Amino acid sequence: MSAFVERGSKTLVYLFLAFGCLVCLTPFYWMFRSSLMTLDQIFVMPPIWFPSPIQLSNYHDALTMFPFHTYFLNTLTIVSLSVLGTVLTSSLCAYSFARLNWPGRDKMFALILTSMMLPGAATLIPTFLGWRTVGAINTFIPLILPSWFGGGAFNIFLLRQFFKTIPKELDEAALIDGAGLFRIYTSILLPLIKPALIVVALFAFLHHWNDFLSPIIYLNSEKNYTLAIGLQQFKGQFNAQWNYMMAASTVVILPTVLVFLIGQKYFIEGITLTGLKG
Amino acid sequence: MWMGILFALPAILGFFIFTLGPMLASFVLTFTDLKLINPIKFIGLDNYVQLFRGSDGLFYKSLSTTFQYVFMSVPLNILFAFCVALLMNQQIKGRAFFRTVFYLPTIVPVFASSMIWIWILDPDLGLLNNVLKTLGLPTSMWIYSSETVIPSLVLMGLWVTGNTMIIFLAGLQGIPNHLYEALEVDGGNKLHKLLYITVPLMSPTIFFNLVLGFVGGFQIFAEAYIMTQGGPNNSSLFIVFYLYREAFQLSNMAYASTVAWFLFIIILVFTFVIFKTSRMWVYYEGEGNK
Repeated sequence: MSAFVERGSKTLVYLFLAFGCLVCLTPFYWMFRSSLMTLDQIFVMPPIWFPSPIQLSNYHDALTMFPFHTYFLNTLTIVSLSVLGTVLTSSLCAYSFARLNWPGRDKMFALILTSMMLPGAATLIPTFLGWRTVGAINTFIPLILPSWFGGGAFNIFLLRQFFKTIPKELDEAALIDGAGLFRIYTSILLPLIKPALIVVALFAFLHHWNDFLSPIIYLNSEKNYTLAIGLQQFKGQFNAQWNYMMAASTVVILPTVLVFLIGQKYFIEGITLTGLKG
Repeated sequence: MWMGILFALPAILGFFIFTLGPMLASFVLTFTDLKLINPIKFIGLDNYVQLFRGSDGLFYKSLSTTFQYVFMSVPLNILFAFCVALLMNQQIKGRAFFRTVFYLPTIVPVFASSMIWIWILDPDLGLLNNVLKTLGLPTSMWIYSSETVIPSLVLMGLWVTGNTMIIFLAGLQGIPNHLYEALEVDGGNKLHKLLYITVPLMSPTIFFNLVLGFVGGFQIFAEAYIMTQGGPNNSSLFIVFYLYREAFQLSNMAYASTVAWFLFIIILVFTFVIFKTSRMWVYYEGEGNK
């Protein structure tokens, strides 16, 4: 009897989870299915689940109707330079906060951590005015340069935790062997925290690829637009052409999905770590 | 010693240039009339007077929409993510698969997911209304009616609870099995396990997610910008969208800074209250040893 109840409740668990999967995946499918349809098919009521014929040319049309390759290259430039800055400076700073002794270190670290709680909206306007004063509006600088200043409190925090798990004897031995602090950082510690660096790089990639507010505030000419603005613009122009809109959306989403599927082991590890520390 | 400071310099400079500096500048701005076209002038508390008087009728509106959204979405998100995490924490096959699928929506850029949802929530052609019709259920105007726009955005938010869910799942997996076994010996059932072991031991994680949820929820912006433009009839004019409009469309930089500070204070007060009350309901292991 009890085994029977057990099996029944397990089936229920699977049923709920399967339903959840359906809810999670259907929007993706709906987007993809719409991206392959002719406009006539889109308007068929009640809606049909499978496009026939499959109109692949939607992708070609959507991607040539607006300067998609420019937006893509702009996004790629911003994202890759930001990720590079984040990984390099956050690891260097985390190394200092975890390992090196200097007066006021822990106070400074605590101070930097408080900025994690700060709503971004609170610093938005003066930061904008600052960039405007130095003439950096409509350049990529406001979107890239901040990442080169420690790459955000969250990443420093994460990497500091990782540095702390490495036995101190390792750098002390290297120090005795005459290695400089920078050498120790680059050739001993960095290779050891490589998984953590990947986590940081993935988070930074997603953060900048998905950024919406900064591009709409700082970029104002078409040659500088990112995919975030491009898609917005597209929506304004092709309002009712759902097949094109969904084709464009699919293309914009694809890189993030691929990066996630390839790096998901690291993602899950990274998020798990932050949660447990909290 | 100097090397240490040198290595940490990017973060130290970054903190002063991009956090503390702007924070203070923003505060100073609230006492000025900066509009980008006129020379800056100090006007004392005029911005605050304008804000609290709410003469444009929109500030209080934006407060009420934001609060409605936050109070609906944060608890629902946490409850939902917790339930999914509980399900996934059962002895099941394919946990990694489920985890991947449930997390997938979270990585989609909000400017793209908003497109998908505009399409799905379309009152005539959208998937959701058509499914409801097929099932014989009532349909809705979703984001196109002032009554349902906020619940619609809350619903949409449930699609992206991946982060919260994974943090919960990790927490659940960290609960030692012997606790459950001990309760079983004492004749406890599944409900007892949930109420006396799982929930208390998970309370720090719930607390953590609650703080993150509130800080994030108060700052909802992109969904409103893309999907509703604050409408219909300003019924999804969230506070950050209001701030954005004042600052970047109307160039009222100083007034917008005042709104930003107000938002900052709200979030601060909320975080403070959650921290204070946490003593009453958050269980910290090892506290007895202190």
